[in-house]
Amino acid sequence: MGQISIYMMLLIAVLTIGGFVYNRSSALGKFRAARAAAGGKMVSSAWHSQASYHGYFTAWLVALSTLAVFIIGLVINGQGMVFNGLWLAAIILTALGVTIITGRKVSGTFRARTYVERFIHGLLICLSVIAVLTTLGIIASLLFESLRFFREVPFMDFLFGLQWSPQTAMRADQVGQSGSFGAIPVFAGTFLIMLVAMAIAGPVGLMIAIYLTEYASAGVRKWIKPAIEILAGVPTVVYGFFALLTFAPFVRGFAETLGFSVPTQSALAAGVVMGVMIIPFVSSLSSDVINSVPQTLRDGSYALGATESETMKKVVFTAALPGIIGAFMLAISRAIGETMIVYMAAGKAANLTANPFEAVTTVTVQIVALLTGDSDFDSAKTLVAFALGLVLFVITLILNVVALTVVRRYRARY
Amino acid sequence: MTEKAFTSEAALKRLKKRRGKEWRFRLWGRAAIGFALAALAWLLISIVGTGYTAFQQNFMTLEFELSESVLAPDGTRDPEKLRGANYRRIVQTTMYELFPEVTDRKAKQELFGLTSASGATNKLRQMVYKNPDLIGKTVSVTVPASDQIDQLLKGYIKRDTDESRRKVSDQQIAWADTLKERGIIKKKFNRILFMNPDSRDPELAGIASAVIGSVMILVVAFVLAFPIGVGAAIYLDEFAPKNKFTDFIEININNLAAVPSIVFGLLGLAVFLNFMGMPRSIPLVGGMVLALRVFPTITIATRSALQGVSPSIVDGALSLGASHTQAVFQQKLPLAAPGILTGSIIGMAQALGETAPLLMIGMVAFVTEVPNSITEPATALPVQIFLWSDSAERAWAERTSAAIIVLLVVLITMNGFAIWLRNRLEQRR
Repeated sequence: MGQISIYMMLLIAVLTIGGFVYNRSSALGKFRAARAAAGGKMVSSAWHSQASYHGYFTAWLVALSTLAVFIIGLVINGQGMVFNGLWLAAIILTALGVTIITGRKVSGTFRARTYVERFIHGLLICLSVIAVLTTLGIIASLLFESLRFFREVPFMDFLFGLQWSPQTAMRADQVGQSGSFGAIPVFAGTFLIMLVAMAIAGPVGLMIAIYLTEYASAGVRKWIKPAIEILAGVPTVVYGFFALLTFAPFVRGFAETLGFSVPTQSALAAGVVMGVMIIPFVSSLSSDVINSVPQTLRDGSYALGATESETMKKVVFTAALPGIIGAFMLAISRAIGETMIVYMAAGKAANLTANPFEAVTTVTVQIVALLTGDSDFDSAKTLVAFALGLVLFVITLILNVVALTVVRRYRARY
Repeated sequence: MTEKAFTSEAALKRLKKRRGKEWRFRLWGRAAIGFALAALAWLLISIVGTGYTAFQQNFMTLEFELSESVLAPDGTRDPEKLRGANYRRIVQTTMYELFPEVTDRKAKQELFGLTSASGATNKLRQMVYKNPDLIGKTVSVTVPASDQIDQLLKGYIKRDTDESRRKVSDQQIAWADTLKERGIIKKKFNRILFMNPDSRDPELAGIASAVIGSVMILVVAFVLAFPIGVGAAIYLDEFAPKNKFTDFIEININNLAAVPSIVFGLLGLAVFLNFMGMPRSIPLVGGMVLALRVFPTITIATRSALQGVSPSIVDGALSLGASHTQAVFQQKLPLAAPGILTGSIIGMAQALGETAPLLMIGMVAFVTEVPNSITEPATALPVQIFLWSDSAERAWAERTSAAIIVLLVVLITMNGFAIWLRNRLEQRR
């Protein structure tokens, strides 16, 4: 994309607008002439399309055809860095030709609006397909690079190996370099941090949802709800910095007073901060679910003499359980995919441990650590990041799809 | 009989127990809210408390004698040649003159360490480059004090710690205090933080390049994500036939909104950088990646806004002879606009805070110049925060927190504006 490309795009925009203005006015002119010929007694609906639709019709065709010429020129010129008079002339001539030819078609019976609406439909379909293309792009790029990795390291060794030290494989003469890509410690670290985060976010988020939907007055809810939602709006890098600067030293100090020695980077510090970040997801998703439990169920329970908390625990919670599980799954997917907090606060050393006071590493941390800085894309060291990314994508995809289906089915039931 | 059954000792005890449970349950709810709010308060207080002092910084106003014998011994006035002149010498001379009694070499070095060495020399170099006639004259210039002195005067370096355990010597403390009394060192509003690009020296580092980079990324992301997001929503809600393919698109969009952001970074790395061969670290690629990240958010917001418009509006338009497309674009879309705008602003706020995908496409480069176009290497505000947070020194922590305050203020403004816009436009209806 050179400067020339930008000027060319501007030129195309000008030509498109020019086409619109020219044909709109020519349609207006022809209509007025026809009306004058009919003695001024013609109504505007005698024409199929309004004048501006004739203009839009031209504009669409001009834009599409000049873009096509532009892209052809781009391919021939190579990146469009070279100015080419022929290219410029071709674009202008195409635009003029299309404008004049479509200008001739302007008449009362020409269905310009129908064509314009078809164009719009086509464009909208193209825009929707981008969503599919994005997913396909993700799958294709992850699969492609992962397969290159699995050509060097067996799939089973990667998925079930217990040794993770990808840095050693940088040296080609290293003996047994294939043994260092066992991802179990990485998965275990991810799982441990996710557990710590959910141990915080699960109960706290759920209790907030229950209190705000069932107990709090409208006035309290009006202030508390947005305040808690601020937690979701804070960028993750800010949480990471907070964990690094304030919370991790606090955890260490606290553990030292209890007589433990703890590294500054620990699963606990990262997990708790991440848990705080996820609270609003759990609480707002659970609120929706609890709100959609029909009031009749509650009324029935009260009529039998149950207190509010008994109704909540035994009736509403049970009824809402599928939806709450769905909400938790979405939160788990969020925790697994979170990057900045763990990168800044959890550490990069792969320890296979269940002790939250130790430093562990996660899938996302390893992806960042492996791909920043080094730009040699053929070594197993960088390709393994894509294999980790694939695992991450597949797991979060399953969690998301199942959770969304569960929540939707649950909503449909009430 | 029944009366007795409900007032018996055991029944009353049960009732008390149940009421106690009820009370405890509510307490848990309040505790959970208290926990969340306390966490939010701690986060904000810790960051604002560390960062607010960075908006002021200690500067020294010094008289520099730009002597010709040092800068241009051959008498040249060629700006290009003058670039390589020995400005450090000038700064040193000026600093030594502040305390003429200092003769010891090591003490002189410490004295020189009071000012920001590269800050002062760069400033003089720029002045002479712009106006070579200054040579031979004496100019009064305000330069930043070194980060250690700045931290000392702000009270973060404790004077009562042992000299060997702090980076400022007793001698330097005495000098700094004298200079402050003499009015040479003054605390001023920190323009450097907002006007400078990144630097290796904390006292010279600013967020200018990161802010410009972020703005460029957001513009690219918005230009791409807004049409895609809104277009996909209009198609799915208004025109799509109910079939398997439409369902597939819908599932895709809902799922994309929940895919971890780092996966989009991997996509950008594999497709935009490796496959299409675009350069690393540029805002164009950053914007493209973040556009893919946020357009599902915009689609979901747009769809709920469209569904919120009363169907009678479309029916009215259709009955007056409008085509379906006309009814949707001319009647329904304007009414859904507040919701669409709110969703887009929230999506953009999300993009502004995003860090991980940008790391994947190499936006971690050390950028010391403000980028001029979307194809020049740049960095983004959250990435700058991430890069600065890596340095352990107190001066960096202060600056990182200040950058976070700026980011949070922008985010709160964006979200506040979104809410204000929605309320205002909804009232008008």
